[in-house]
Amino acid sequence: MKHFFLASLLAGAIALPAAAADYSIMAPAAPGGGWDQTARTMQTALQTEKISGKVQVMNVPGAGGTIGIAQFASQQKGNANALMVGGYVMVGAILTNKSPVTLKDVTPIARLTGEYEVIVVPAASEIKTVADLVAKLKANPGAVSWGGGSAGGTDHITAGLIAKAAGVDPTKVNYIAFSGGGEALAAILGGQVTAGISSYGEFESQIKAGALRLLAISSEKKLEGINAPTLKESGLDVVIQNWRMVAAAPGLTPEQKKAVTADVEKLAKSKTWQDTLKTKGWIDTYLSGPEFEAQLAKDIAATETILKDIGLVK
Amino acid sequence: MSTFEFLLQGLVSAMEPMNLFYALIGVTLGTMVGVLPGIGPATTVALLLPVTYQLDATGSLIMFAGIYYGGMYGGSTTSILLNTPGESASIVTALEGNKMARAGRGGPALATAAIGSFVAGLIATLALAFIAPYIVKLALVFGPREYFALMVLAFVTVSSAFGNSTLRGLTSLFIGLALSLVGIDQLTGQNRLSFGVPDLLDGIEVTTMAVAMFAIGETLYIAAQGEAAPDKIEAIKGSVWMTAQDWGRSWKAWLRGTVIGFPIGAMPAGGAEIGTFLSYATEKRLSKHPEEFGNGAIEGVAGPEAANNASAAGTLVPLLTLGLPTSATAAIMLAGFQQYGLQPGPLLFATNPQLVWGLIASLLIANLMLLVLNLPLVGLWVKLLTIPKPWLYAGILVFATLGTIGANPSVFELGMLLVFGLVAYIMRVFDYPIAPVIVGLILGPLAEQQLRRALAISQGDVTVLFTSPIAAVLLSVAALALILPLVLRARGRGDALSQMAASED
Repeated sequence: MKHFFLASLLAGAIALPAAAADYSIMAPAAPGGGWDQTARTMQTALQTEKISGKVQVMNVPGAGGTIGIAQFASQQKGNANALMVGGYVMVGAILTNKSPVTLKDVTPIARLTGEYEVIVVPAASEIKTVADLVAKLKANPGAVSWGGGSAGGTDHITAGLIAKAAGVDPTKVNYIAFSGGGEALAAILGGQVTAGISSYGEFESQIKAGALRLLAISSEKKLEGINAPTLKESGLDVVIQNWRMVAAAPGLTPEQKKAVTADVEKLAKSKTWQDTLKTKGWIDTYLSGPEFEAQLAKDIAATETILKDIGLVK
Repeated sequence: MSTFEFLLQGLVSAMEPMNLFYALIGVTLGTMVGVLPGIGPATTVALLLPVTYQLDATGSLIMFAGIYYGGMYGGSTTSILLNTPGESASIVTALEGNKMARAGRGGPALATAAIGSFVAGLIATLALAFIAPYIVKLALVFGPREYFALMVLAFVTVSSAFGNSTLRGLTSLFIGLALSLVGIDQLTGQNRLSFGVPDLLDGIEVTTMAVAMFAIGETLYIAAQGEAAPDKIEAIKGSVWMTAQDWGRSWKAWLRGTVIGFPIGAMPAGGAEIGTFLSYATEKRLSKHPEEFGNGAIEGVAGPEAANNASAAGTLVPLLTLGLPTSATAAIMLAGFQQYGLQPGPLLFATNPQLVWGLIASLLIANLMLLVLNLPLVGLWVKLLTIPKPWLYAGILVFATLGTIGANPSVFELGMLLVFGLVAYIMRVFDYPIAPVIVGLILGPLAEQQLRRALAISQGDVTVLFTSPIAAVLLSVAALALILPLVLRARGRGDALSQMAASED
């Protein structure tokens, strides 16, 4: 009995990665995070919509996705069935980690979703508007502590951009990095930091419950259902989106790239995908082809500049 | 409706035969996957979550709760039997649990873990139902400086797990602390000690380290002794079940473990393993049999196992009341809730009472199922140890390796497993304790980050560390724990104490 049990466990463990798949999607992060959820949502939608037969998701966590992208670029070269999820955080991580493998070493296919950054303060805070915050920041940049996600990530970059737009030296920004959204939110709610900065979804329920005051959002225009001015309307020329994308392996032929792009387009337009976006509160920011490539190049250049301004990249 | 009526209603719907069946499937799957070393509850839940999507909301939540508790429990089985902890929260269980298993007391060790998990799960789930809103207020008061003070307290109390030589214990601790520096610094995003190796960017994985130190190191040690190996494994000595004495020594440990584990699990930056460390240290301090610690003391299994299950329920406090996912498992659960358009947060108890109470009722049912499933299995599990030693240890090597590459498919990770296995072997040969290395690796980064955050917020003013009442109390307790034994010894009243220290192993 015990031998049988051991053997079947072993067999199960060995057989797990060997299952046949049309597409295999790498989520370069641990299970549970945004990229993992994107990959698993893609998996469900690709299968339900019969765009692909059997889809497999693989997690390669670590270092803002730079470990995953390095593995993806080297192991999947020329494999038209391999996809990788990525996002804006990866752009910053590649720069701060001085990753030898960059997004140039894979084939970016399309931007899928995006979330805008919001600035919040605890409900009890004396800061009522962005102008109040900027005044405090100008008086003593160090006295304003910003709580957000990992160093060099979208939240940190947004804080740097805000300081720069307000005419404050970005190297003076007192950014407190927390691992994971939960810990940062707890610090903001507990009044440990002056202001919080993260994507809207992280703070949504607290804003609705009245525990946090929403000062501004980083979108181009005011968003429906979100009762806050944009940073632009508040006098700070900052527009930033924490987007997620999908990339294919390097070394694909133009035909292969076209086929993958067509499949991803079918996915992005499908009912299953659109429905899931609604339940998860993700904003559809689908963009593909040359427009996406141009936007990506622009984002990378802007990120490099601000990370240098903050002092994270030399 | 009142809290109690909601809970009752939830229980009634969870007791339907079909739902009980889902609970059983969930617990079975969770335990099976959780048993694989290197695969902790987070991965177990992530792997099995899609299975629950096929069911209706109630059935799915129930199966999900089963998987969660099953995964938590499965990790302790391998810790006890094979000395290969599946996740950081069951590392402490391996310390005493495996010693017990090798002394033929694997049955009672597994039983006390199972019953302790049940008791802790029951109390903590009820606590979740009734006092969550108060606990969460306490958790929010904890800022970086309070966490730093808590880490200092953990370091001081856990030092009692350092074996009989302070110098050797501290040496091991500092090896762990040094290793904990490897990787990207959380606060600045810069690399430290990674030497251009991408695999080191995220630091050294605690489970890889624990499996290397415990399983690989020990296998090498046993193999090196060859035929001369003295500690022949006896699968069963005495009863497979817990004796009256085992019960007597376990029940207080279960309760203390629950009291320690629940609030720490509820803290956004607490983490299940800290509760297990503190519980182990407490049990060792309070035990009437301190000499048994290190040789298989049942309290050392009962307390930490209760603590890690209580903290699993504690994790749900910030998740359900604030929408804060404070652990990897909680983050995956959040994704699970969203499948039903459910957004955990401060309004959840008001807007979706049926689902919340349904989940809490499901947790109670899953907890019971876990006991029903696992107690009869204890006898079967223990028979694993009757496998001839060379086969058993070869099997442990295979499992440890599979678990490591399963969790992290990289050649480098495998290399680290072997290298640290060798290091652990050498440490064993020269009689350096292993556990402090893991303690340093886990607590080091937490203490460092919280200290630096506290100082960054205060713009370098060190006094903030002492001016918060909670931090001041925690630091005073730590100082007392450190100084009192020294004072007692200096005044010549430490005879009993030094005797205790001398017989400690």
